Amino acid sequence: MYLDPDVSHAVKILIVGHFGVGKTTCIGSISEIEPLQTEEEITEASEGFDDLSRTPDKVTTTVAMDFGRLTLSESLVLYLFGTPGQERFKEMWESLSRGALGALVLVDPERLQESFSILDLVERFGLTYAIGVNRFDGTTDYPLDEVREALNLAAETPVVACDVRDQQSSAQALITLVQHLMTTLG
Amino acid sequence: MRDEADQEPVTPDEVDLDLELTGDLVPLFVITKGRALPPAHQFSHTTLVTAKKDAHAARQLSPEARSVLDLVADGYLSVAEVAGYTHLPLGVVRILLAQMEESDLLVVRNPVPSAERPDRELLSAVLDGLKTRFGA
Repeated sequence: MYLDPDVSHAVKILIVGHFGVGKTTCIGSISEIEPLQTEEEITEASEGFDDLSRTPDKVTTTVAMDFGRLTLSESLVLYLFGTPGQERFKEMWESLSRGALGALVLVDPERLQESFSILDLVERFGLTYAIGVNRFDGTTDYPLDEVREALNLAAETPVVACDVRDQQSSAQALITLVQHLMTTLG
Repeated sequence: MRDEADQEPVTPDEVDLDLELTGDLVPLFVITKGRALPPAHQFSHTTLVTAKKDAHAARQLSPEARSVLDLVADGYLSVAEVAGYTHLPLGVVRILLAQMEESDLLVVRNPVPSAERPDRELLSAVLDGLKTRFGA
């Protein structure tokens, strides 16, 4: 449960994607602890709520977020935060993206249109990212070039196929992201 | 909903009751004794904390603060883990930890990188760690 007493460096990577894309499964497949949840209070405009006449301008809601942990050496620990991709959670994005190494963006090839707004958020918060194309039950491998084209990705952005239920596959997607982060240092 | 025509003029008490229904604000306010959140960079998700050796002797802690202190008595955990294990909202945990640090009850290790961009050495250590761990 506790970290190695010599752990002095904690880093984080965000696992990002729309609802149901496999963020929690991905974290669960590689975390050394049973994934935990934080509950965070966010304020948001009351627009879209049914009874505008009775609600104040801002309402407070609670967002639950899954995360996991990976000890990488005696002194280094990595936290993985499953970050919901909705625009209305941008308050949470602000605190999570601060100091994050980068983001692994999980996409469902059958629902690529739902990933556009997420890529907008990732880019707005200045996060370097790689795309993990999650393979779902009963689906065949999707041509990665088509995903790249559909999402209008920069040529250097890595796109990897993965099965987030599989530990090795999730780990490989993370490794691809970190290798990409190193190349962007120039 | 009640019939507006039969209603007494709204008193401050009734307004408060209505507001209470919208969320957990009141109990959280009580737990944290009305303290504001610490600045964003303090006690972030990945800040590591543990209790000082003599911290258990601290008096006048709320039950919630006591549960946080007990949790980190035997080793380091991240702020996010403290929130996860105690089931307290992250904001409450951050406020409680800031209070405890003021009372000199905690050892705190801030996350890296503190700069905008991670450096090569750090990324290299992350990469090596992942490869070693997963044999990739």
